Amino acid sequence: MKAGGGFGLLGLLVGAGLVSPQVARAAWDKAAFDSRGVEAVFAALGAGKPAPSTEIRINAPEIAENGAVVAVSVVSNLPQTEQIALLVDRNPYTLAAHFVIPPGTAPDIQTRIKMAESANVYALVKAGGRFHVARREVKVTLGGCGA
Amino acid sequence: MSNPTRIRATVKDGYTEVRVLMSHVMENGQRKDAGGVVVPAHFITEVSVTHNERVVLAAQFGPSVSANPYLAFRFQGGASGDRIAVRWTDNGSDSRSDEARIG
Repeated sequence: MKAGGGFGLLGLLVGAGLVSPQVARAAWDKAAFDSRGVEAVFAALGAGKPAPSTEIRINAPEIAENGAVVAVSVVSNLPQTEQIALLVDRNPYTLAAHFVIPPGTAPDIQTRIKMAESANVYALVKAGGRFHVARREVKVTLGGCGA
Repeated sequence: MSNPTRIRATVKDGYTEVRVLMSHVMENGQRKDAGGVVVPAHFITEVSVTHNERVVLAAQFGPSVSANPYLAFRFQGGASGDRIAVRWTDNGSDSRSDEARIG
């Protein structure tokens, strides 16, 4: 089993309550988080070439003054959204966060990420077994990685 | 020992809105200290949020999540007094489990 597929399956099992969170802790997807570049992360997550979708909305500031704390939210209007991943194409580590959305939880997540410099934020969404993606450019005044 | 996770959960229009603020340095392994020595990566890798023991959100974090990670989301159902628990574990040996009641 590939690492990416393995995470997806385990995520579903956690969502279904079949595997406890304690067991799932062993599953941190090192391969995906160590991957450099958007396409490498897509591959590591088993997403291949995700289809661009207008049904995914990324909310983020057009200009972020402090790259150490950039508020980002993702809303997916795709039915059966199961997973949401946040990527930053010009960060040293591309994949920022990966969420598993169990049934009953809204595909609407807010968090805060670091951005090393002006970059594209990608939201990769797995819905109904298929991968979709949206992109949003964020300009960063003061980088948030070496600071 | 890390500081407690702050959890706020309120019911609104059939959904429980959850806001979580974890306390963690989230060192990404890129930063140098005043002496020019690289500060080792130290960050939360996994988070789970449960409502009465049912997982309502599971997340994996990389080092690009901001210090003191913030999460907000909502799930269907939930009632005042129900338990919301947030568990995290990091790439070192630290972990936490905190809980709150839906307000």
